[in-house]
Amino acid sequence: MKTNNPSRMKDFATFAGVIIAFLIVYIMRSRGMLTRSLSGQLVPICAYVVMAISLNLTVGVLGELSLGHAGFMSVGAFSGVVAAMSLASVIPSPVLRLVIAMVVGAIFAAITGVIVGVPVLRLQGDYLAIVTLAFGEIIKDLINCLIVGVDERGLHILFNATGSRSVADLHLIEGGKVIIKGAQGATGVKAIATFPAGVVLILLALVIVLNLMHSRSGRAIMALRDNRIAAESVGINVTKYKMMAFVTSAALAGAAGALYGLNFSTIVSSKFNFNTSITVLVFVVLGGLGNMTGSIIAAAVLTILPEALRGFDKYRMLAYAIVLIVVMLGTNNAQVKALLAKLIPHRKKGAEEGA
Amino acid sequence: MPKKIRSVNESPLVPVPTDSYIPARDLGKLPVLEARHIGIDFGGLRAVDDFTLTVGSTEITGLIGPNGAGKTTIFNMLTKVYQPTRGTILINGKDTGPMDTVQVSKLGVARTFQNIRLFNEQSVEDNVKLGMHNQINYGMFSGILRLPNYWKQEKIAHERAMELLSIFNMQDMANMKAGSLPYGAQRRLEIIRALGTNPCLLLLDEPAAGMNPSETTELMENIIKIRDTFHIAILLIEHDMNLVMGICEGIAVLNFGKLIAKGTAEDIQNDPVVIEAYLGKKED
Repeated sequence: MKTNNPSRMKDFATFAGVIIAFLIVYIMRSRGMLTRSLSGQLVPICAYVVMAISLNLTVGVLGELSLGHAGFMSVGAFSGVVAAMSLASVIPSPVLRLVIAMVVGAIFAAITGVIVGVPVLRLQGDYLAIVTLAFGEIIKDLINCLIVGVDERGLHILFNATGSRSVADLHLIEGGKVIIKGAQGATGVKAIATFPAGVVLILLALVIVLNLMHSRSGRAIMALRDNRIAAESVGINVTKYKMMAFVTSAALAGAAGALYGLNFSTIVSSKFNFNTSITVLVFVVLGGLGNMTGSIIAAAVLTILPEALRGFDKYRMLAYAIVLIVVMLGTNNAQVKALLAKLIPHRKKGAEEGA
Repeated sequence: MPKKIRSVNESPLVPVPTDSYIPARDLGKLPVLEARHIGIDFGGLRAVDDFTLTVGSTEITGLIGPNGAGKTTIFNMLTKVYQPTRGTILINGKDTGPMDTVQVSKLGVARTFQNIRLFNEQSVEDNVKLGMHNQINYGMFSGILRLPNYWKQEKIAHERAMELLSIFNMQDMANMKAGSLPYGAQRRLEIIRALGTNPCLLLLDEPAAGMNPSETTELMENIIKIRDTFHIAILLIEHDMNLVMGICEGIAVLNFGKLIAKGTAEDIQNDPVVIEAYLGKKED
């Protein structure tokens, strides 16, 4: 049953592809074949790949446009950083701390997902997109107001809404340290995120999303996308399954955020702005809605591309935009597809098999 | 006279206290549907008014009427897509007053749609499994973690889906995308998906639309077969009088949102009000 199913075969190919790509990059890096800037990009690439997979669950599988996905990443990043830094003295192993940080990030993002989802998921289409956009901006501003410090007595959190309070108001005792300094963000973070950990997170996200898609719950989520009225008529609870997809998506984004946040010594909340949400959405749309393999490739390529195009200097963003347009036409325009099929004969055969 | 396709189950209609008729064989049992004086307004428009119908537990009932009479609106009220403005709907004796579509579906009301509504991007088998959604019993985490319960339930679901598909000889299409099926097969798949919900009342909205006479005859036989295999009641909307007169035991005729006649095929065909609704008044 397993091997006969073409979609299952494709899933296995995706897993194999990620593992092979990891091994190649890992060996190249250990032999010093990667440039400095590229090896610095490895963890962010992993984080963006997980972001793309998780957003694809909302946009491609559930079929609801979300423009505030960076908000969940932000929640995950800051809660993960706080968890990792405050546990630094208790848990010496950085790997274990990273895992805990990702779990904490996922949990906090999931809670945020529930809070946002309850009112937002009553809306549909454009309205939902606009409200998620607003949510992303609100999260950014809320985190800008946070002052968090830790000392021997535990965690101290201040909400600096008026701008009149400062780090001194935390009243940390000797030996305590400040984790988040309001708009300056989290500073002095010990970068414990590693490339292998990022790849493990990608694989985990893939297992969760693909297994979900091939289960009863995933079928129900896709049924809502395909035909909501028919889905209700066969007894599928709309709110429950919308929520399930949205919160799972938020949790994965939170874990990706924790990974991302723990890769830099300084992290500010303005990093997770509307632009980031849109960038991730571009990965998803370019890779294909509901197509996890496409999301992974698009996220990886489009994260490397701006760096790789540095040689073009001022034409960099122009080249980036042209690549986007060409790929979009190549994958979605029937005429361009037909032209490609003529130019590359074996592609046509593949397309027929795919249909 | 249209050709009659009757099953071994045939029995005469008898009046019931709710101002309707059901087959005599269903008399001792709870009627599957009792719609009492239901009506709905859209703004100032009285789309359906004072509609009363009782459907016996194994009855095949027809709901006919000219275009715009309110037939599909009645289906939408029975499945709670629209909440009726007036009246009561009982399913197996249970009042569906505050219920929504999902709860009514769990009570055993399944339907097909006039304009086919399949889950086009999913496979034929998955469409049937979606019909069986509330029969399959494992949660999100069993699905993600592939716990033993997942494998067990999916295996049962797969076998059941294949069994249901075999009613219409569609097993070979199980792996095709529902959206890529030919028209007739899509109509059949919709019926199978509805049967997957394990209904006690199946609502068919123009099942024979777009079918040729031989396909319609096959459909008539299949509707009888479904009733006799699953022991369920079927309420259908249809413009093909051959089908309605051929298989429906009780027939309700609707015009301008009002019930104008109720009875057997013979009663309906001789009812002057029905003839007027369809053909107009005779001038003298």
